[in-house]
Amino acid sequence: MTAVVVSGVTKVFNAGRADEVTALSDVDLTVGDGEFVSLIGPSGCGKSTLLRHIGDLLPPTRGSITVAGQPAARARLKQEYGIAFQQSGLFEWRTVQRNVELPLELRGMSRVDRQARAREMLELVGLSEFAGHYPAQLSGGMQQRVAIARALAVSPPLLLMDEPFGALDEMTRERLQSELLQICAKTRTSTVFVTHSISEAVFLSDRVVVMSPRPGRITTTVDVDLLSRDDSVRQSEKYFAAVTEVRQALRGGTQGRTATP
Amino acid sequence: MRWLRTLAPPIVVGVLVVVVWELTVKLGRIAPFIVPAPSAIWRELVEQRANVWQAALASGLNALIGLIGGAAVGVLAAMAASRLRLLSEVSVPFAAVLNALPIIALAPILNNMFETTSSVPRRIVTGIIVFFPIFVNTLRGLHEVDPTHRELMQSYAAGGWTFARKVRLPGALPFVFTGLRQASSLAVIAAVVAEYFGGLQNGLGSRITSAASFTAYPRAWAFVVGACLLGLVFYLSTLLLERLAMPWKSRLIT
Repeated sequence: MTAVVVSGVTKVFNAGRADEVTALSDVDLTVGDGEFVSLIGPSGCGKSTLLRHIGDLLPPTRGSITVAGQPAARARLKQEYGIAFQQSGLFEWRTVQRNVELPLELRGMSRVDRQARAREMLELVGLSEFAGHYPAQLSGGMQQRVAIARALAVSPPLLLMDEPFGALDEMTRERLQSELLQICAKTRTSTVFVTHSISEAVFLSDRVVVMSPRPGRITTTVDVDLLSRDDSVRQSEKYFAAVTEVRQALRGGTQGRTATP
Repeated sequence: MRWLRTLAPPIVVGVLVVVVWELTVKLGRIAPFIVPAPSAIWRELVEQRANVWQAALASGLNALIGLIGGAAVGVLAAMAASRLRLLSEVSVPFAAVLNALPIIALAPILNNMFETTSSVPRRIVTGIIVFFPIFVNTLRGLHEVDPTHRELMQSYAAGGWTFARKVRLPGALPFVFTGLRQASSLAVIAAVVAEYFGGLQNGLGSRITSAASFTAYPRAWAFVVGACLLGLVFYLSTLLLERLAMPWKSRLIT
């Protein structure tokens, strides 16, 4: 079964008005089980919009989306995916532990079960000793790790991430990237990851989907086949080759646009 | 040491003000009906302490009942207004008009609507005065939802009621307490001033007017001091309640 199938999705905001915008134009995308796919492109290319469509947070104007073999709306109601944003979006009035428990609570899981599960998730992201802290007492990187733990708490088959490391410094970013890869490998979660960092996309992904704006569409797909995913790979030939390929695809996308108006 | 640092300046200034006041009255031979000396007020306060205490209890009870009632109605009204857009659009100007009314002026009218020995009109006046800051602040808090929280709750397929209970309300708590802090002082003022318009003679306000009409100015001032202390107790209790209700805020200070 494929994790995500997006077929022929078009999204028009403010249709029929002067400020009409075609955010997505006829987008097709398939994410296989356990696959890590990044969406990359300049601002306004619709990558976040596409992610929100997969999560059924926005309805498409045309086209259809299936998540884990069912319509996106049903998948959302069954909490078939976990989601994390650029802002950690932690609830400041809940402790770290209770933040991770929230999606489980809304699923009606018993108190004992969800406490055990939240502890397990915090251990996974290495924050066990901070369970009783409030979010404001943690650093930005730690908050983002809590957000990831929360997204994974319901063991969703799919993880949606919208520039989750965008607001972090480079060091924290690289560490969290490695951690995320380990977690995804361990939990066998499929991931759709929105970013505007080429190196981040290449390091994390099995496939990098390059998008371009006005109207938002997929221009190229770059398969990344790195031998391993530890930090040493950041210096490898294959890594640099893939980075170059993605960079050219991003340039080509905009050049192609200006060449053929 | 930190305690001393924060407490020392206001205490020093306070003592200085009292000393200057005392000296001005004594050396300037200022008549007690203009302003009595602090020492005279203090003598009266000690002498009348049982009366001041009783009067403060009576006014305090009125203020407390009015505060709780007005705050409860204010929070509930804000919740209703935040759920129904139409209600919110209608209620905000309505609440503003209500606030612009000199509500204290309703006291004599309300006095006529109830028995002369009733404390109800004072509690109603207090409740109405308290309502406005609570309503406005809570409504603003309920409207201010982090867009990430909104999307997150949508992704959890959480319904409107769950959303209100788990996100909107706790998120609005700091705003509720901002309103409550304003309201707690207002409640005491309203309860005391409402007594100026007749009715039961058991509270601080009626004691102040009767003492003043007997030209017992130091005694009137002693009851004014009682009203100040009562207001302070209300304000500090609200601060304490705020700390207890929002441990995630106070935890940061330490």
